[in-house]
Amino acid sequence: MSLSDIRFMRRKVVLRVVSKILIPFILLFGLYVQWHGDFGPGGGFQAGVIFASAFILYALIFGVEQTRRAVPAWVTRSGLAVGVLLYAGVGVATLLLGENFLNYNALASDPIQGQHLGILLVELGVGITVCCAMITIFIAFAGRGRS
Amino acid sequence: MEFPGLLVYWIIVVLMMMGLYIVVAQNNLVKKIVGLNVFQVSVFLLYITMGKIAEGTAPILADEIEIYSNPLPHVLILTAIVVGVATTSLGLALVVRIHEAYGSIEDDEILEQESDA
Amino acid sequence: MRIRNLFSVVILTGVFSLLGAAIYVIMDAVDVAFTEAAVGAGVSTVLMLGTLALTTREEKASSSRRVLPAALLSLVTGAILIYGTLDMPDYGDGRAPIHLHVAPRYLNDSAQEIDIPNVVTSVLASYRGYDTLGETFVIFTAAMGVLAIIGRGRRRRKSGTTGEADK
Repeated sequence: MSLSDIRFMRRKVVLRVVSKILIPFILLFGLYVQWHGDFGPGGGFQAGVIFASAFILYALIFGVEQTRRAVPAWVTRSGLAVGVLLYAGVGVATLLLGENFLNYNALASDPIQGQHLGILLVELGVGITVCCAMITIFIAFAGRGRS
Repeated sequence: MEFPGLLVYWIIVVLMMMGLYIVVAQNNLVKKIVGLNVFQVSVFLLYITMGKIAEGTAPILADEIEIYSNPLPHVLILTAIVVGVATTSLGLALVVRIHEAYGSIEDDEILEQESDA
Repeated sequence: MRIRNLFSVVILTGVFSLLGAAIYVIMDAVDVAFTEAAVGAGVSTVLMLGTLALTTREEKASSSRRVLPAALLSLVTGAILIYGTLDMPDYGDGRAPIHLHVAPRYLNDSAQEIDIPNVVTSVLASYRGYDTLGETFVIFTAAMGVLAIIGRGRRRRKSGTTGEADK
């Protein structure tokens, strides 16, 4: 940590403390929105953005270098692909089980169970991709010109 | 609440034209992107107003509710918003690169530099 | 009256998005309002502020505008669009064509076929899974595009020709 960083963090003590308290709750709320999307408003898209906003807040207060230590570039970049692959993979799995592409009925013995499982996985894929995309885009902007 | 029939659509058209005006009239690239954003939100609003049913509620199933608003526009716009921010960020990234290359984000100055070169 | 300070322009855009989210709630689109509040008022404002930090905060005072052609274009287009709305069903009309086709099937059968209360989620992830897969690919591609355009912030140090002075 450089000298200017230390001075910066001493000056913004309120922001630092408040964001440290808030960030776990933002992450928790993101997870709640992800898994509760079947029953109330929410789902992968919103959850991904909320989850990413926790990291964006962290990057705004503590700097990009610190954030990169928490989520290295390879995590967000592979997360981008993993989400899409998970989504498409569910489709391929239903194909292999003898149903149409993205017809989740075949995923479990009971069609409704299959639908639940399929929606859960697909929303998870969407959430991972959206979250990683938002973090990647923000860090691309914030990290630019810092060198 | 009673709306006189088509008034909502007219308000949306006015909003949409504000967006179009900003995109065409302004020279500043950031303002152009803001104009695109206004236009985009007005299109979203158009879809959502078409899905609304009077006396209806949000399409989350419950026992005692009879009328739900149309869920289909909600689905389309929900995904469109997130795609919208992703594409907006692509535009902003281009603005950053243009600023690095030309030292300006004014449309006419960039064109001037182009014609000089 | 004209705002030259781009910082205020961006903040006002965030306020605009938040008001949009409130309108979505009034029109029963809670999922959409949720997304707009998180994305439009949150992330996109932050990204625009990031752009301002990398470019400039003030619009050039000399910046000219194409007022007349732009006003003419938007007036004519607006008039055509309003003419187009004259045939549309009234706001909130339950018998409008949009409500007669697929939507009743989603609302009536989703409880038996998928058995989750939020119809928006069931349509999004199951009935229209193809759409959502496509949208996910678009987000993936957009993130890749941003990375390709400005992802490598450190390359400038080697060339050292542009941009160092205006920091």
